[in-house]
Amino acid sequence: MQIIKLVFKNLKRHLLRLFLTIIGVAIAVLAFTLLKTVVTAWYAGVDAAANNRVVSTHAVSFIFPLPLTYREQIARVEGVDKVCYFNWFQGVYKDKNQFFPRMATDPETFFDVYPECITTPEVKEKFIRTRNGCVIGAKLAKEYNLKVGDKMPVTGDIYPGDWEFEIVGIYKGRDKKSDETWMVFNWNYLNEQIRATQPSRAEHVGWYTFTVNKIDKIPQVSKQIDELFKNSEARTKTETEAAFNQGFISMSGAILAALEFVSYVIVGILLLVLGNTMVMSARERIREYAVLKTIGFTSSHLTILIMGESIIISIVGGAIGIALTYPLVAGIGEALARIFPIFNIAPSTLIFAIFFSLFAGVVASAFPVYRATKMSIVDGLRHIG
Amino acid sequence: MNNSSTIVSVQNISKSYWREKLEIPVLSNISFDIPDGEFLSLMGPSGSGKTTLLNLIAGIDRPTSGTITVSGNNITSLNETSLAKWRSNNVGFVFQFYNLLPVLTAYENVELPLLLTKLSKKEKKEHVQFALETVGLADRMDHSPKQLSGGQQQRVAIARAIVTDPTLLVADEPTGDLDKHSAEEIMILLERLNSELKKTIIMVTHDPRAAEKAHTTKHLDKGELS
Ligand SMILES: Nc1ncnc2c1ncn2[C@@H]1O[C@H](COP(=O)(O)OP(=O)(O)OP(=O)(O)O)[C@@H](O)[C@H]1O
Ligand SMILES: [Mg+2]
Repeated sequence: MQIIKLVFKNLKRHLLRLFLTIIGVAIAVLAFTLLKTVVTAWYAGVDAAANNRVVSTHAVSFIFPLPLTYREQIARVEGVDKVCYFNWFQGVYKDKNQFFPRMATDPETFFDVYPECITTPEVKEKFIRTRNGCVIGAKLAKEYNLKVGDKMPVTGDIYPGDWEFEIVGIYKGRDKKSDETWMVFNWNYLNEQIRATQPSRAEHVGWYTFTVNKIDKIPQVSKQIDELFKNSEARTKTETEAAFNQGFISMSGAILAALEFVSYVIVGILLLVLGNTMVMSARERIREYAVLKTIGFTSSHLTILIMGESIIISIVGGAIGIALTYPLVAGIGEALARIFPIFNIAPSTLIFAIFFSLFAGVVASAFPVYRATKMSIVDGLRHIG
Repeated sequence: MNNSSTIVSVQNISKSYWREKLEIPVLSNISFDIPDGEFLSLMGPSGSGKTTLLNLIAGIDRPTSGTITVSGNNITSLNETSLAKWRSNNVGFVFQFYNLLPVLTAYENVELPLLLTKLSKKEKKEHVQFALETVGLADRMDHSPKQLSGGQQQRVAIARAIVTDPTLLVADEPTGDLDKHSAEEIMILLERLNSELKKTIIMVTHDPRAAEKAHTTKHLDKGELS
């Protein structure tokens, strides 16, 4: 027999309590990992941003448009590589609950500025040529069972009217971080229609996204562009795409902060659940610890005995919790694919969860270990319990 | 150490406990020697300090002043870790309420002190079997404490106390919780350990019939020995 065997014998003493504690730890770890994954998914947009991309929006708010004429001026700025532009189209596809980005874009430059959207030269070619052509992400295609050649009817809201797009290609994401749920269509189609119906809104874009040939030029380029339009009808605000996405997210910042906070509250609950069990167990065994000390067991032996038990519970519970997270995240990811295009358990979340399980095991046993090792043998033996 | 046949030497021992700054004197200036191979019984009224004195000699408590020498070692000068090691090599403990670990079998309870030794698996097994045979419970080694009578549990506890082959055996009211018949069996066993295995035994007891089996009886009253 080894001391570790004594740990296992102690574990089996109250099977119901052991079972409940492990379930408690598992649920806490599950909740923690899920929350963290939601927060990560929220931020995924920022992470997915290529770091050489820069966005120019209207200085007042990104909902105000910018003239198309800015395109040439931006392109002429030293350091700017390819200039692309977008209009947020939205509209209703099938019904109001079908949410995924629908945007008009420049078919000439879109794939240069978004190299993570992978497709063939033929598709790029066809995208430029087809007046009402659109390209969709592979995830979207799968979700709605769409293929090249299909028509996508959309009822406009920001841009009223009935619109029909023809799918000319499907792009794939370069890696797991890439968003495969976009629908982008030929900007010229949008502009033609607007020119006919609301001429004053024509020749305007929602925002410019362009690449810069050297990352360290971004601050200078941004400044130069904003200077350029300082006295124009529409002043610009130029920032990195990551910062732009961050701004998008910051609207929900309070919610995110709350989620983060709750995830740490869960760690606290985990500590209480496990700590309670450990304190209870240790209290019942004070006399036994005194007997072990009498026989010659030292503080380190008792630490192994008590902390070992706590760590085993927390690791087993943590492992179950993490194991349960995977199918759950896959399920949620599928159900909320349009809200969270990228919904994966980040490696950092996994490491956090494992670390917290271990941490909880150590911390929850700290007090019982302290008591058992500091207790005098004589007091322990006199203990009635 | 006074002479070669003295195993325990208690010199000017005093012991007080403190309860909220209030000193409770328990033992005052006690000195005596115990010769090797002795079977000593300690008697006295409740609260007279018998358990306290026994604990001091066994190295699980420390005197307020004075020294205790066992087999030439001044145990009052050892630090916690050395004292723990010393206990595991030199002293066997028998308690009134047996104090077996309920999750372990009789065999595993006896094996417990050997976890701290470097003995091989085979040697451990031999030691445990010998100890269990000595107390006459080799056939019950797979039983858990719950499945044993009080007398049997106390015999397992005695096997645990002798498994490391200590020179000194301390027993605090070993028959205090047993019926007459079981108590008798335990006393016969202790007598045998003393005569056959040459263990020095110090036993605290209230039972005059138990004390009869000892060679010497000392009385403790109001912290003083007679
Ligand atoms: N850990 C302790 N803290 C405070 N007081 C103690 C402690 N241990 C013993 N005492 C006190 O010391 C005195 C002697 O106690 P001890 O247990 O040695 O007596 P005893 O002779 O063994 O009695 P009994 O026959 O009832 O077992 C008692 O008054 C007791 O209350
Ligand atoms: Mg006593």
